[in-house]
Amino acid sequence: MAIFLTENSKVIVQGMTGSEGSKHTRRMLKAGTTIVGGVNPRKAGTTVDFDGTELPVFATVAEAMEKTGADVTVIFVPPRFTKDAVIEAIDAGIGLAVVITEGIPVHDTAAFWAHARATGNKTRIIGPNCPGVISPGKSNAGIIPADITGPGKIGLVSKSGTLTYQMMYELRDFGFSTCVGIGGDPIIGTTHIDALQAFQDDPETAAIVMIGEIGGDAEERAAAYIKEHITKPVVGYVAGFTAPEGKTMGHAGAIVSGSAGTAQAKKEALEAAGVKVGKTPSETAELMREIMKSLG
Amino acid sequence: MDLYEYQAKDLFARYGVPVLPGTVATTADEARAAAEELGTTVVVKAQVKTGGRGKAGGVKLAETPDETRAKAEAILGMDIKGHTVHKVLITPASDIAEEYYFSFLLDRANRNFLAMASVEGGMDIEEVAATKPEALAKVAIDPIAGVDLAKAREIVAAAKFPAEVAEQVAEVVVKLWETFVREDATLVEVNPLVRDPQGRILALDGKVTLDDNASFRHADHAELVDVAAENPLEAEAKAKGLNYVKLDGQVGIIGNGAGLVMSTLDVVAYAGEEFGGVKPANFLDIGGGASAEVMANGLHIILNDQDVRSVFVNVFGGITACDQVAKGIVQALGILGDDATKPLVVRLDGNNVDEGRRILAEANHPLVTLVDTMDGAARKAAELAAAN
Repeated sequence: MAIFLTENSKVIVQGMTGSEGSKHTRRMLKAGTTIVGGVNPRKAGTTVDFDGTELPVFATVAEAMEKTGADVTVIFVPPRFTKDAVIEAIDAGIGLAVVITEGIPVHDTAAFWAHARATGNKTRIIGPNCPGVISPGKSNAGIIPADITGPGKIGLVSKSGTLTYQMMYELRDFGFSTCVGIGGDPIIGTTHIDALQAFQDDPETAAIVMIGEIGGDAEERAAAYIKEHITKPVVGYVAGFTAPEGKTMGHAGAIVSGSAGTAQAKKEALEAAGVKVGKTPSETAELMREIMKSLG
Repeated sequence: MDLYEYQAKDLFARYGVPVLPGTVATTADEARAAAEELGTTVVVKAQVKTGGRGKAGGVKLAETPDETRAKAEAILGMDIKGHTVHKVLITPASDIAEEYYFSFLLDRANRNFLAMASVEGGMDIEEVAATKPEALAKVAIDPIAGVDLAKAREIVAAAKFPAEVAEQVAEVVVKLWETFVREDATLVEVNPLVRDPQGRILALDGKVTLDDNASFRHADHAELVDVAAENPLEAEAKAKGLNYVKLDGQVGIIGNGAGLVMSTLDVVAYAGEEFGGVKPANFLDIGGGASAEVMANGLHIILNDQDVRSVFVNVFGGITACDQVAKGIVQALGILGDDATKPLVVRLDGNNVDEGRRILAEANHPLVTLVDTMDGAARKAAELAAAN
C-alpha cells in the first residue's frame, strides 16, 4: 500500500520544461513513476521527449488533471513563482502537491498554506525545500535517488534530504515502504505527525524511522503524538547537537533560538516517548536493524 | 538576517512607527559630536545583534557631551556574549511612564503568524511567558487577512492596554504589521514600546529579522549587511555561494546537504571526545549536484582556516556525483600544491561512488585517506586533528 504515493499515482510536473524539472522528470520516469504530463502555459500543446516517452505539456494543472486523471503534482518552478504554482494546484483540487523548490520566502509559504487551509485542506502539501516522496518499486515523486534501496517494511520521515539517502543506504538490506522528505523550512505542509499517522495506518509498514533536526518544536510535538497514538516501533535521529545558538545551519528552519529548538531537548522528548534515539545515523540504523530482526 | 537596533528603527520610521531620532557613532569623538548636536541628555547604546545589552553594561545614560564621549569609549570594543561592539547609537534620553511589549513572528507549529503583546514590557519576554503567561497575549494572524485596524484593536484589547493609549497603540500595530509584511520579516519586536509622560507611544528599541530567501524582491536589503562585522571566511564563502558557518573546533568539515553536514559535525564531536575534545571547525554544505569547482572552492576556504588541523569530506551522492567530488579534491590539492599541509579524510557513498573512489586511489595523494564509513571516517579525522 505505502503512504501518500502508490503504483497507481498519476504524476504531473509543474516546471517540467525547466532544467531541474526536465532532469528529474527523466529520473522519475526511469524509476518507474507514471508521469502523465507537465504544466507550462507558454508551451501548452507541445510535447517533450524523454528518452522515447512523449509527455504532453498543458496550460494549467486543472487541464492536465482533466485530460490525464493526474492526482499528484511535483513542483520545480523557481522560488519567485512557487506560491502561484502551489495555489494553482490547490485550486485545481489535486490530491498531493510535492514542492521541491528551495529558497521560497516564508511569507509565500505561509500564504499558500493559508490558502490550502481556507479551501478545506483538500490538497496534501509536502515541502517546500524537500526531496519529495518515494515508495520504492512503485513510484517516485521528487529527487530521491531510486537506486539506493528497494521495497520493504520500514517507513521513513525526515526533514533532511541527504540524511534520508544515508538512512536508506544504511538499511538497504531491509528496504522501505515509503520515504518522505518533509523539508527543512520553518513552515512546511506535511509534518512528522502526518507521516507517522499514515505509517501507523499502513499495513505494509512495520516500523518507522524519524529524522529531525534543530529548530522549532516539531520533534517534541511528534514525540507527544507517538506516545499517544503510535503502536509500531519508532527509532529516531536528531541532527545539530553542535550547532551554535542563533546561526542558521543550511536549512532555513534549522536554527537554535535562545534555549528553544535544541537537539538535546528533541532527543529527550523522543526518548521520554519510548523512541530509541541513535547518536549517529549508523547507530540509528543499527537500532532499526535489531527491531526488524526481532519482528522477523 | 538580523538587523541592528538602529537599522530596525530606520525601517520603523519609514513605515511611520514613532521612534526617537538617533545617530550611529563608531568612535568616541563621533559620539560626543552626536550628543552635542542633540543638545540634551542622551543614551549611549551598544549596537550588537544579541539581547541583554543593558545587563552587560552596554547601555548608559550621559548628561553632557564629555560624559557621552567617556561612556562611548567604555562601550566601544566591549564584548557582549561574544559580540564585539563596533557601533553605538546616540539617542535622546526619554522619560518613561509605562513600558509595554509587542512583536509579530512566525508561528511554525501553526504554520501562520503570531502577534504577541504585553503591558509588562522592558524585561525578558521569555521570562514573562514562563512566570506570568497570563500577562502575554498571543493572537494568531491569518497571513491572507493580515492586520487591519480592527484586528489591531483586537490584539490591543487582548493584551489589556490602558484605554487612554489603546487607539494609539493599535495604529502603531498596523504600521508594524506593514513593516513585517512589506519587508518580508520573520520577526518584528519592540521591547520596550513605551508611553512617555506626555502620553505619546514610542518604539524605544527594535529587533527585526529579515528572510534571506526573500532577498530577490528586496534589492535594498543588501545594504543592511554589515560586511565589516562578518567573519572573513564566512564572507569569502558567501561570495562564492557556499553555505558556511565558522565554529571553534579543529576538524574542517565539507559535506552535501544541510542535514548530513549537521550530522557530520555531531559525529565528529562525538568521536572527538576520545581525542581530548576535538571538535568541528565549521559547517560547510556544498549542496546538491555540486561540481568539481564547487568542491575545490569549499576546500580552499577550509584549508585557509588557521584553526583547522584535519579535514573531513563527507558526501553521500544523491544528485551529487562522487566522481565530481573526487575530481574537485584532486583539483584543489593540485592548485594549492605545497600550501596544502592538512590531512584529508574522505568518505564517499552513493551516486558514482566506484568512479569517485577510483579517482582518489589513482591520484594517491599523500594527504588523502579514504575511509568507508561515516563513523569510521569521523574517528580518523578526529584522531588526525589531535595528532597534528
